[in-house]
Amino acid sequence: MNVSYIGRTLQPAAGFKQPLVLTIGQDIKGFVLRHLGRLALFILTCTSVLAVFLIFLFVILEALPFLGKFSIVEFLTSTAWYPQAHDRPEFGALTLVVGSVYVTTAALVFSVPIGVLAAVFLSEIVPFRIRDIVKPVVEILAAIPSVAYGFFAVLVLAPWLQEHLDFATGTNAINASLLLSIMALPTIISVAEDSISATGRELREASYALGATRIETMFKVVIPAAHSGIIAAIVLGMMRAIGETMVVWMASGNASRIPRPWWDLSQSVRTMTATIAGDMGETEQGSDHYRALFAIGLLLLVMTLLLNLVSEYFLTRAKKSLGKS
Amino acid sequence: MRTVIVCALSVMVLLVSNSAVSAEKLHIEGSTTVGPIADGFTEVFKDMYPDVTITVNKSGSGTGAAALMDGRCDIATMSRFMKEQEFKNAIAKNVFPVAHAVAMDGVCIVVHPSNPINALSSEQVRDIYLGKMINWKQLGGPDIPIVVISRDTSSGTYETFESFIMKGQKMAPSVEYVSTNPQAFARVEKTRGAISYVGYGFIQTGVKALTLDGVEPSRQTILNGKYPASRPLFMFTNGYPVLGSMTYKFVTFHLTEKGQEVIENKGFVALTDY
Repeated sequence: MNVSYIGRTLQPAAGFKQPLVLTIGQDIKGFVLRHLGRLALFILTCTSVLAVFLIFLFVILEALPFLGKFSIVEFLTSTAWYPQAHDRPEFGALTLVVGSVYVTTAALVFSVPIGVLAAVFLSEIVPFRIRDIVKPVVEILAAIPSVAYGFFAVLVLAPWLQEHLDFATGTNAINASLLLSIMALPTIISVAEDSISATGRELREASYALGATRIETMFKVVIPAAHSGIIAAIVLGMMRAIGETMVVWMASGNASRIPRPWWDLSQSVRTMTATIAGDMGETEQGSDHYRALFAIGLLLLVMTLLLNLVSEYFLTRAKKSLGKS
Repeated sequence: MRTVIVCALSVMVLLVSNSAVSAEKLHIEGSTTVGPIADGFTEVFKDMYPDVTITVNKSGSGTGAAALMDGRCDIATMSRFMKEQEFKNAIAKNVFPVAHAVAMDGVCIVVHPSNPINALSSEQVRDIYLGKMINWKQLGGPDIPIVVISRDTSSGTYETFESFIMKGQKMAPSVEYVSTNPQAFARVEKTRGAISYVGYGFIQTGVKALTLDGVEPSRQTILNGKYPASRPLFMFTNGYPVLGSMTYKFVTFHLTEKGQEVIENKGFVALTDY
């Protein structure tokens, strides 16, 4: 029985290349290709997830021998960071963690008010045409390489701070914080502005209908409605600041101590990221110093992961609340 | 779609053929102090041997030693001798480091030009870096807090300073760290109360070099060992290089007249007279 005439006698409808009844070969080929395609895309997606997972695994494996050999309590609470001392190397990471916290917090103090207010300005007050120009320009700030910021910090900002504000040293916590705030600004402005623009017109119209003025609507209706997105923006800015390496390596002075008195930001501090970047090149693989650096890296990864989870939580809450309204 | 594939394939063929044409490569990694010497040699070699590609990386003596052990470079420039642990690691990886001393360098203490102090003793410098002296007026200078700057622990300059001046004691926590000689120079140039140490070759107008233990850093005192913190600069190879190979020519270039000129131009002290 000749099966192929089945495809020939039934005329295909206009626009269809395949006949309406497939041969067995074409049927099997279609089935296999469809599932192969799905498998290929699945593998590509898995690769990115696998990459994150493998990074974590690698860092944990390299850091575990150190955590087994030295006490974790001493690692987290001692302020003595002398990994290369000949007689008794000390690995106390408290100064590094405190340095990172100082620099990130001060950067947020500078960048959050400016960033959120700029986002409000861009989304509420300024006409669309200007917003379409200003937003890309702000995003260019995010594209400047961090080494360029570092050069600016050491060669321009540090002498300026020494001369005009009479600091003993210009490479200190304030220097690093100022630069980190400039680097975190584009992130905060972009995400906050997106979330404020995404609040529906109904909210604003209802508020105006009830007799609120423009500024009352802005600060009492729209911003509280978008508060989840704004918090997500702040957390993303915090992640950018805490993970920045080159700028703090050049601008913060790298003195491993906690500023005394605690509010004196004009003293040098040392961050976790700068320690890893500065020391990693020279340490022999497998030595205690090498593993201590991985332990610091693990600490940093855990902190950024927690911040990421927090920002994810707030972002989903933002989407849900906007979806409802 | 077909044009895209054809273009991609032709680009790949071009890249592969390009790398096959350039005959010989020499990769040098290591100290930021010896780096300028390697750069100077490379420039001369570009004229003498035009089809050899020489790349010089400056990331610290320790990094250079690690690269030589892993086989990632042909020559490791180091401003200090290899440590015992580095030798052991190298032997374990079947790498036999051979040292070639190419020049002499002095680790010089520098301060801002406006600082009236001209001379310090090793003990005074050690006290400054230990945090016992915190104001210049304690040393007879103006009432300015001392800003102590050091090189980070991956540099050979730091190792030399630590062994000659610190004598193994740990620096104070308030000491700032910078990553390269030029960065230390830039910090001292701009900060009135700063003190730091740089290699002799990096001293220019802009900072003031101090007399250490009564000996002024100069070519003669560094070469005959009178200056307390003078040290030889090394290039390490894996085994003695094959006579006549590019590596051999590079590490023995300091014995030629042209090589000595390069070394003197960079501000170091050549080991032999021509």
